[in-house]
Amino acid sequence: MDTATTDDAPPAPRELGEPLVELRTVNKHFGALHVLQNIELTVHQGEVVVVIGPSGSGKSTLCRAINRLETIDDGEITVDGIPLPEEGKALAHLRADVGMVFQSFNLFSHKTVLDNVTLGPRKVRGLSKSEAESEAMTLLQRVGVDSQAHKMPAQLSGGQQQRVAIARALAMRPKVMLFDEPTSALDPEMVNEVLDVMVSLAREGMTMIVVTHEMGFARKAADRVVFMADGQIVEEAEPDEFFTNPRTDRARDFLSKILTH
Amino acid sequence: MGDYLSGLWTVFEEYDVLAAFWVNIQLTFWAGLLALALGTVLAIMRISPIASLRFVGTAYVNILRNTPLTIIMTFMILALVFQLALQLSSNLSDSYFRFAVLGLAVYHASFVCEAIRSGVNTVPLGQAEAARAIGLPFMDSARLIILPQAFRGAIAPLGSVLIALMKNSTVAAAASVTTETASTMKVAIEFNPDYLMEIFGVFAIGWVILVIPVGLLTTWLSERLAVKR
Ligand SMILES: Nc1ncnc2c1ncn2[C@@H]1O[C@H](COP(=O)(O)OP(=O)(O)OP(=O)(O)O)[C@@H](O)[C@H]1O
Ligand SMILES: [Mg+2]
Repeated sequence: MDTATTDDAPPAPRELGEPLVELRTVNKHFGALHVLQNIELTVHQGEVVVVIGPSGSGKSTLCRAINRLETIDDGEITVDGIPLPEEGKALAHLRADVGMVFQSFNLFSHKTVLDNVTLGPRKVRGLSKSEAESEAMTLLQRVGVDSQAHKMPAQLSGGQQQRVAIARALAMRPKVMLFDEPTSALDPEMVNEVLDVMVSLAREGMTMIVVTHEMGFARKAADRVVFMADGQIVEEAEPDEFFTNPRTDRARDFLSKILTH
Repeated sequence: MGDYLSGLWTVFEEYDVLAAFWVNIQLTFWAGLLALALGTVLAIMRISPIASLRFVGTAYVNILRNTPLTIIMTFMILALVFQLALQLSSNLSDSYFRFAVLGLAVYHASFVCEAIRSGVNTVPLGQAEAARAIGLPFMDSARLIILPQAFRGAIAPLGSVLIALMKNSTVAAAASVTTETASTMKVAIEFNPDYLMEIFGVFAIGWVILVIPVGLLTTWLSERLAVKR
């Protein structure tokens, strides 16, 4: 048997490390709306989890709860064994451990690409300007936008901006990266340049939680797909298993809708 | 006709109009600086995650903004100078000047605060979230991310506050700053009632010349410095 894998083949099941992100019976309400209902989720070191589900099912809220951009009503979230701290210094430190990439990029509009990437390392990690800049250039090179380092974000295409946003998050040397629909604000021709960066991150062993409807990415890079609906995790499976053989009606119904598009 | 002109000339020889405007410019400058500093602190308090700071900031703005400036200026002199015998300088007229600056500053700081807050509203929420997500504490994200963008979005309203401050600097008369324009004009007219319209006209034109460039400059700046998104 030839064990070599082509680029499109699913990754061989990987050895998973220790639990890195753990959610225990997490609940969250927005007023009367119960957006997160008894969420149980464990993401291991090096694991790539794709979160998928209909609009309004709570995927963004889940992501945002993990670095406490949203507070939770009850339950517990731990990152590397440490429960999420309340506001303050400890929380700022935890957030540095959890990289976040937003749907709308959110690059700092008044700062150059390079300054976007060096700001966190200088202010939070305490690097000198020159250390931070040389690290930043390496990262920008890795995501393929080093030639744009001295431009302002508004001068870049969406795909370039999102790759800078990934570099900015990586510059904090996070233990886990959260992606909330990183390609859904992009023109179709720019989706792949961002997905390629994410696939290579996954291959390098980064722990990732990715909200996306890009099935190609899920098949290529994910260890597990988590399907959410109405604030609950309805189904979890390996990507191939989930896409070809969903167990629940909700998932089957959802997949039939996104597949016809 | 010759009598008329030489009479008018004497009036303006007696009352130094330029020096009077210079006093208002100085009042505006110092009060503007102080108001900008205090207003920025208040704005930070009002957007901070700490409820008690937000409360103090809001209370300050609502009280000061809704108190007539003349009342504040009179209070400065009556309460602080006469009752508490506070002095900001050993020279009495300097002391009055400084109390007038203080009164103008504490009053206009509330408007500066609101102008900056309107600038904060031009900054998308995602900017603050991105700052928090890379682990910046509140003060760093306010100082490095939110305020620099908020100021650029607040230049036009800050310009309006500056213009209001310039004009309101004439209320320094209530704090016994007798050398500024409104006081000077009042005395000049009192002693030369025949030239009432002329004297008034000169001061009015002086103010127009002073105020219009500020409006033009801030409009130009606010377009030039707008954050491109
Ligand atoms: N700040 C908020 N206040 C009130 N309701 C909110 C808030 N944020 C989200 N919601 C609601 O919570 C629900 C879950 O939102 P969430 O953004 O997590 O969904 P999602 O799965 O990410 O959806 P989408 O695919 O559209 O991004 C939605 O019904 C949304 O309207
Ligand atoms: Mg969402």
